[in-house]
Amino acid sequence: MLQIARSRPVFDVVVIGSGAGGGTAVKVLTDRGLDVALLEAGPMLNPSTDFKEHLMPYQVDHRGAGPHAELYFGQQAQALGYFAAPNGNWSIPGEPYTVARGSRFQWFRSRILGGRTNHWGRISLRFSDYDFQPEDGLTDPWPVTYAEMSPWYDKAEGFMGVTGTREGLRTAPDGNFLPPIAPRVHEILFQAACRKLNIPCIPSRMAVLTKPLNGRAACHYCGQCDRGCRTASAFTSSQAMIFPAMASGRLTVFTGAMARELVADSSGSVTAVSYVEKASRTEKQIRCRAVVVAASACETARLLLNSKSSQFPNGIANSSGEVGRRLTDTVGYGLSAFVPALANLPRHNSDGIKGMHVYVPWWLYGDRQKDFPRGYHIEIGGGFQLPELGSFTEQCADYQGYGKALKDRIREEYGAFISLGGRGEMISNANSYCEIDPQAVDSWGIPVLRFHFAWSDHEFRQVRHMEQTFASIVETMGGKIATPQPPPPSAISVGGMIIHESGTARMGRDPKTSVLNEYCQAHDVKNLFIADAAPFVTQPDKNVTLSIVAFAWRASEYLAEEMRKGNV
Amino acid sequence: MRRVGATLSLSVMGVPVLPGQEAQQVHQAVAEDYAAQLGPYSPLALTAHEFATLGALADRIIPADGRSPGALEAGAARFIDFLCAARAELRDIITGGLAWLNHEMRRRYEGKDFLNATLEQQTEMLDLIAFDKNHSPELNPGIRFFQWARRLVADAYYTSPIGIQELGYVGNSAMPEFQVPREAVEFARKRTP
Repeated sequence: MLQIARSRPVFDVVVIGSGAGGGTAVKVLTDRGLDVALLEAGPMLNPSTDFKEHLMPYQVDHRGAGPHAELYFGQQAQALGYFAAPNGNWSIPGEPYTVARGSRFQWFRSRILGGRTNHWGRISLRFSDYDFQPEDGLTDPWPVTYAEMSPWYDKAEGFMGVTGTREGLRTAPDGNFLPPIAPRVHEILFQAACRKLNIPCIPSRMAVLTKPLNGRAACHYCGQCDRGCRTASAFTSSQAMIFPAMASGRLTVFTGAMARELVADSSGSVTAVSYVEKASRTEKQIRCRAVVVAASACETARLLLNSKSSQFPNGIANSSGEVGRRLTDTVGYGLSAFVPALANLPRHNSDGIKGMHVYVPWWLYGDRQKDFPRGYHIEIGGGFQLPELGSFTEQCADYQGYGKALKDRIREEYGAFISLGGRGEMISNANSYCEIDPQAVDSWGIPVLRFHFAWSDHEFRQVRHMEQTFASIVETMGGKIATPQPPPPSAISVGGMIIHESGTARMGRDPKTSVLNEYCQAHDVKNLFIADAAPFVTQPDKNVTLSIVAFAWRASEYLAEEMRKGNV
Repeated sequence: MRRVGATLSLSVMGVPVLPGQEAQQVHQAVAEDYAAQLGPYSPLALTAHEFATLGALADRIIPADGRSPGALEAGAARFIDFLCAARAELRDIITGGLAWLNHEMRRRYEGKDFLNATLEQQTEMLDLIAFDKNHSPELNPGIRFFQWARRLVADAYYTSPIGIQELGYVGNSAMPEFQVPREAVEFARKRTP
C-alpha cells in the first residue's frame, strides 16, 4: 500500500501536442487499450463557446474589430481573425523566437486543444509514389513507398471522411472518397478556362463530410468551416479523436502544459516528460513507458534539442545532428482577379464548404520544358462571401470617391472577384533550419528557437511559372488581375506564412543522416516517436495534414504492438 | 433579434435544417428588426455635434437609393462611435478629422459647417478630399481623414443587416445539399469570352 501511495502514476504513453498527429496517436493508442496522458500547451476547447461560425458580424458589439479595435491597428490577438475558430499567431506574447540575420521566417503556433486542426483548410491530398522515391535525385528517398503507405491513407481518409472523385492521376492519387461537392459558378468558369488550356481541374479532396460518418453529422454547407464547426462535420482532431478518447476513460488531458524536456535514464530511454504547468508556473513531471512527440515540426525539434544530457549533448535522439535541419514550408503565391462575366451575378447561396470545391493538381510531372523541379497545385477562391470588417477596404481604396457610384460599384462587383493560390514543393536546403538560440528563453524559461530560412532558385522559378499560368487562366476567363504584382522574388510567400513547417526530424534508413526510422521511431531512443510533420523527408505539393494522420497512425500501431511484445 | 437567433442557432446533433430559400427572408427580417431597434442614442465617445456630423458624412459616403437605405439608417455612426469609445487612438482620428472638416467648411462657406452647408457645398468639399490625387499640404489632412472615414463607413455598413441585404448575401445558413442555380451558371457562361 505504501509503495502505491508514494509512487507517482506511470502512463503507458505521453503524447505531446493535440493536433492532427497527437490526436491520431491518442485515438490509436487508447483504442488499443493503453493509458495515455496528453499534454497540450493551450487551454481545453469548448466548441459551443469557442466556435462562432453561425454568428453574423453585427451580433457582436465590435463585429470582429476586437474589444479595443485592434483590427484597425494591426494588433489582432488571433492572426486569423476574431471570428475564426481558435487559432494562434505568428507572434505570441511571452513565446518569442529569433530569426538569423539575412533570413526571413514567421513561426505560427496554435495554442488550444486540437491545435491547427481547429482552423485548417481541410485540404486532404495523398503524396504520390514519386514523392516517396523522387526520380530527380535532388532529395533523399523516404524509407517507405507509396504502396506501403496506401493502406494508412485508407485508414486516415476512412476515419476523417474526405470528399473527392477517382481521377486516375498520378499527381493526385485516388483514395476512398465521400461524394464530391458541386462546383460554384466561378469554379465552373475556372474549370472551363482550365480545360481550354489543357490544365486538369478536378473536384477537391476536403476533410468535410458530405455524408454522416462515425456519429458526426454531414455538413450543412454554411460555408464557415474556418470559424469552427459545432456539428464536427469539418474534421478536427479535438472533436473526432480526442473527445471520444477522453470518454473512453483511458486518456488524461493536461492543458496549459508546456513540454520542457524529455527525461532519459542512463540506458538512453525516455522515462518521463517534464513540463511547465502554466497556471502555477511550476515544473512538473509525468512518468511514462514511451513518448510520442507531436508538438508541430519546429516545436518538436525544439523539445528534442532542449533535452540535453551527457549521453545526448546535442539533444536527445540527435546523434545524427539532423534535428532542426532541412526545414521546409510550402511555396506560396497568390493573386486576385476581377472577372466581368461574374459582375451582377444573380444572387444565390454560394457558401458550400469553406474553401474550394475544385482544384488543379500538378499537371506537368515529367515535363522537360519546365525550368524548376517538382510542382505545385492551384487553389481557387471566390463567390459571395460573408461580409466582414475589411471586406471592401481594398476596393474602396482603389475606387476612391464616395456616394452612389461607390455603392453601385461595390454591389455590381460583389461576387465577381476570384483568388488563385499556388501551393508548391520547396526543395529542402542546408540554409533552412532551426536551432536553439544561444541567449533567449521564453517566459517559461525554455530556450527559444532561432530560424534560418532561404528560398532557392528552384522556388523562385516555380513562382514565376505560377505567375504565368495564373495570368493565362485569368485572361482566358476574360478577367483582369486585381492585385499589384511585385517582381519575383518578392512575389513568393514569406517562409512560415503557409503554416506547413516540415522536415525537422526526418526519417530515413541511415541513423547517421536521419533521426527516425520508417515508423517514426528514433534511431537512438526506442521509446521515442514523433507524429507531426517533423519526420517528413520532403514536402510535396500536397498539404501535409492527411499524411500526418497516416504516418501517425502507422507509428502508433507499431508502438502499441512493440509495447505489447515488450520491445518498448 | 431573438427571433433570428432562434432560427439561426443549431444544436450539435439533430440540426433543424433551414432551407436555402428561407435564408433571404430571415436576413430581411433581421434588417427590419435592426432598423426598428435604432431608437434614440447617446454617443459614447463623440459629442452630439460630432456624432451628427459623422452621421451626415456617412450618409454621403454610402447614401440611400432606390434599392436600400444608406449608412446613416444602417447605424454606421453608432458603430464608429462605439469603436471610438473602445480606442482613444481611433477617436482622435475621427474627432480630429471632423474638426478639420468643419473648420475647412466654415472657411470656405461663410461660417457654415458641414451640417449647415448645402448639398452642393458638401459635395464640393468631399470631391476634393475623397481622391488621393488631390494631395496638397492644404488638403492632405482631409484626404487622410476621408480614407479612414470611407473605410470605417464601408465596414460599418456592409456588416450591418441593411448592408448585408443590399449586397444580397444569403449564406451562413443550413442547406441539406449544395447546388448552384442553373440561372446563375448560364448568366456567367453567356458573358464569358
